[in-house]
Amino acid sequence: MNWETILDMLPLLAEGAVLTVQLVFLSAAAGLCLAVPMAIARVSNKLWVNMWPRIYIFFFRGTPLLVQLFLIYYGLGQFEAVRESFVWPVLREAYWCAAITFTLHTTAYISEILRGAIQAVPAGEIEAARAIGMHPNQIYRRIILPRAFRMALPAYGNELILMLKASALASTITLLDITGMARTVYAKNYLPMETFITAGAFYLIITYALTHLIRYLEKHLHPDRKEPVVIVG
Amino acid sequence: MIDLHGFGAQLLAGTFVTLQLTVAALIVGLIMGLLGATAKLSNLSPLRWMGDGYSTLVRGLPEFLVVLSFYFGASQVLMAIASKFGYDEYIEVNAFAAGTAALGFIFGAYASELFRGAIIAIPPGQAEAARALGMSTRQTFFRITLPQVWRIALPGLGNLFMILMKDTALVSVVGLEELMRVTSFAVGHTKEPFTFYLTAAVIYLVLTSVASYGLRHMEKRAATGVRELAP
Repeated sequence: MNWETILDMLPLLAEGAVLTVQLVFLSAAAGLCLAVPMAIARVSNKLWVNMWPRIYIFFFRGTPLLVQLFLIYYGLGQFEAVRESFVWPVLREAYWCAAITFTLHTTAYISEILRGAIQAVPAGEIEAARAIGMHPNQIYRRIILPRAFRMALPAYGNELILMLKASALASTITLLDITGMARTVYAKNYLPMETFITAGAFYLIITYALTHLIRYLEKHLHPDRKEPVVIVG
Repeated sequence: MIDLHGFGAQLLAGTFVTLQLTVAALIVGLIMGLLGATAKLSNLSPLRWMGDGYSTLVRGLPEFLVVLSFYFGASQVLMAIASKFGYDEYIEVNAFAAGTAALGFIFGAYASELFRGAIIAIPPGQAEAARALGMSTRQTFFRITLPQVWRIALPGLGNLFMILMKDTALVSVVGLEELMRVTSFAVGHTKEPFTFYLTAAVIYLVLTSVASYGLRHMEKRAATGVRELAP
């Protein structure tokens, strides 16, 4: 082990870590927003409604993320119409291509998680809400979604960590995330073991922080599981 | 119909390499998984510690980083060993071998957890009964434990298999001429990235669909004789 080179690469890898964390949080947040309507459409009884999320999920879960990334980063430029449209300045940037691809990818997985959670909401609660006279929209807003979010949280946490690991692919389209930085550092020092093990340590630290964040949220969103506060006097 | 500019045969050849890599990594991964599970259930605490460390570590690292470290790291380690014997040339590691080792290593980390859970799920009375009938430890493992571990772990292994199949694309980055790499060649030649990456995506979709169909069939077969409660 060459400790001096490891010390030298730490600031670069930390810079990469900022990009990695940005990409993960951006796609996890945007993915969650897109996944809610998709999961609701997916549990619909109507074939022409649930068909589209099904096809979307089938595509994004059945193909490697690398293919999806290249399809958007390299692929879209094939079309004259895309190159001349107003979105081209965005789609030309590797950063936005990675953010968009990761978002679309994680949306497919999160919507499947949410679907499971929505279907797990006890039928009695929905019947009770209906009996009180709530509108279907109200039932979704007040009963189903809050319950589903809580149930989906541990699985969403897993997806967040999978997304963190998948974000390493951003380095294949020239982005300097942790892995990207590690690859440039390696190209200079030719010490693969030192470089990649240090990069791995960065990922392990972020994974560790994410698990704790999710555990904290779980506690926060489950007031029923908290210790009762004893009021004296 | 999309025009592949005569790259169809090469894409098929690449698909074949992808399949070979998947199968090779699967075999390595299953062996690593069984070894890992055995270590986790061992009576010796250093072995247990190693088994737990293996899966905790690998599950926290990006697959891509593991593939890169195996490919570039292996040549560093091999050169260090070779220089001890007086051989100082650069050693380049075969991308297929490095990919197989890396993907098998990752698969094994997840599979060891599945195998551990499955082994625990088998009632200890069965192993005792087998021993009472005079079976050796080895016979008990191969005749009683393993067939049931297979049945219990199969759904989880199926998921891992699908992930493995998609992760083979990562090995294209270190130069193995599998489907993804061949597709990139074709893109460089024809300047039609969307057409070719979409074709690759469709091929991967076909592979994963066939795999999921086959797995469902295998699950049914492995569950022969298991009583299911009527819903």
